[in-house]
Amino acid sequence: MFKTTLHAFITAAKGLAVTLAHFFGARRSRGMRDVRKENYFDQQEGVTTVQFPKEKMPIPEVARYQLDVEIDDCIVCDLCAKACPVDCITIEAVKATDVIGKTSDGSVKRLYAAQFDIDMAKCMYCGLCTVVCPTECITMTDQYDRSMTNLAELTYAFANMTPEEVEEKKREWTKFQAEKEAAKKK
Amino acid sequence: MAFYLTYLLIGAILFGFIAGFTLFAVYSERKIAGFVQDRLGPMETGRYGSLQTLADILKLIQKEYITPAAADKVLFAAAPVIIFIAIFLGFAVMPWAPGLAPSGLYLGLFFVIAIISVDAIGLLMAGWGSNNKFSLLGSMRAVAQIVSYEIPSGLALIAAVMVAQTLDLREIVVNQGIQTAEHLLLAGIWDVTDIGGLFAWNVFQAPHLLLAYVIFFIASLAECNRAPFDIPEAESELVGGFHTEYGGLRFAFIFLAEYAMMFLVAMIGVVVFLGGWNTPLPNIGAVRLADWTTGLVWGIFWTLSKTLLIVGVQMWIRWTLPRLRADQLMSLCWKVLTPLAFLCMAISGIWRVWVMV
Repeated sequence: MFKTTLHAFITAAKGLAVTLAHFFGARRSRGMRDVRKENYFDQQEGVTTVQFPKEKMPIPEVARYQLDVEIDDCIVCDLCAKACPVDCITIEAVKATDVIGKTSDGSVKRLYAAQFDIDMAKCMYCGLCTVVCPTECITMTDQYDRSMTNLAELTYAFANMTPEEVEEKKREWTKFQAEKEAAKKK
Repeated sequence: MAFYLTYLLIGAILFGFIAGFTLFAVYSERKIAGFVQDRLGPMETGRYGSLQTLADILKLIQKEYITPAAADKVLFAAAPVIIFIAIFLGFAVMPWAPGLAPSGLYLGLFFVIAIISVDAIGLLMAGWGSNNKFSLLGSMRAVAQIVSYEIPSGLALIAAVMVAQTLDLREIVVNQGIQTAEHLLLAGIWDVTDIGGLFAWNVFQAPHLLLAYVIFFIASLAECNRAPFDIPEAESELVGGFHTEYGGLRFAFIFLAEYAMMFLVAMIGVVVFLGGWNTPLPNIGAVRLADWTTGLVWGIFWTLSKTLLIVGVQMWIRWTLPRLRADQLMSLCWKVLTPLAFLCMAISGIWRVWVMV
């Protein structure tokens, strides 16, 4: 009994010493916040809190947060939408009558992106879409701090075509098809 | 007429002090918790979060009174009041400075111990009145714990009272400093009647009282249901313990009582063992430090700073030690603290008869 009591007091004193050290260690903050630094884990004392909106942790440029699409490089292959486990990408393609240009890596574009929406409220940040993209036009960025008051605003539209343009391209395609049909009948 | 006005004024001042202390203590508790855990604690409301507790209490005051449908309405409503008043009345006899005590009771210490015990009834009322299994479990634990721990804490106080030979808190304090008419001996050997300061405190006049003080301190932690003895409101198992069903101003009063209790038990310890309003600075030859730092304002200053230091230690312990199990709690009380308190009491008797003659 006596031994247990003594042991209890000694361990309690040890615990109190630890917390006291932390209490006084809290006078300063852990200066370094960048986990990529070699000696990051050497710091064991000081406040760890990052007061978020005022201070931010340094994150790498290639961090995997919100998605971004470089629509000029997109060949509208729809692979990302198929890869997405939560179906947060909606793509509508309009066929072009001819080659409409080349992406920066040399792939040929034959489709217009009439609609390219990513619902960030659904996105689960798995990054599968970025893996399948043949032209690497869909990427994850270091942007994470975006909040909206309206849920619909979290659906990011990346297509840059106006409805009139879409209508026109559609008409062009039907016309082209019709002409082709007519040519076939002759 | 003026007599009753003074009573009311003193009551109002004490209540104001308790409310102010609670606001400050909750803030400092959260800050200490933060620092101990390498966090910052409240930072947003006011500069460094200093208005946080004010905002909290404003929120609590504005809330609706919600009484559970199956609750015993009378007990439920009366419990917070009884809990708070039991603690509040304890402040009535605490001496703050030379000649400054709200009430000069000759049985002061006895009154404090007795009136604090009423707290247990309030807790049981809260638990029973809520008609909630968690509340009832919590209050049963609280009462079992408070009643058990009153024994070692009472015995430890008696050990000090046997040395001081009085139950009057004012006199207990006077006999621990330079203003005493008695003959003070440090550890029963060295005459410190004129030196005063630290050396004249009860814990140094009779060194076994240091052990008695540790016993009292541990028991007082249990009496105010604070960690590591907070099983009555163990939030990980009992939601909130006896105050699960309370909200708004009623909850605020329970909270107020909890923090007032912390201050009160710390103050009892300070008054009985640590010299009360006496200065810790001794007279050294011509440098009359003890004489210079004794007086009305100094008295309040020393009482407050000593008590707040003890409250700080209570918080420090809360954020360090894990909660005891109910059986560990009881075995600590009955198998360790109570025998040791009896031992202290026995030594006190011997001390009084053989050493302090």
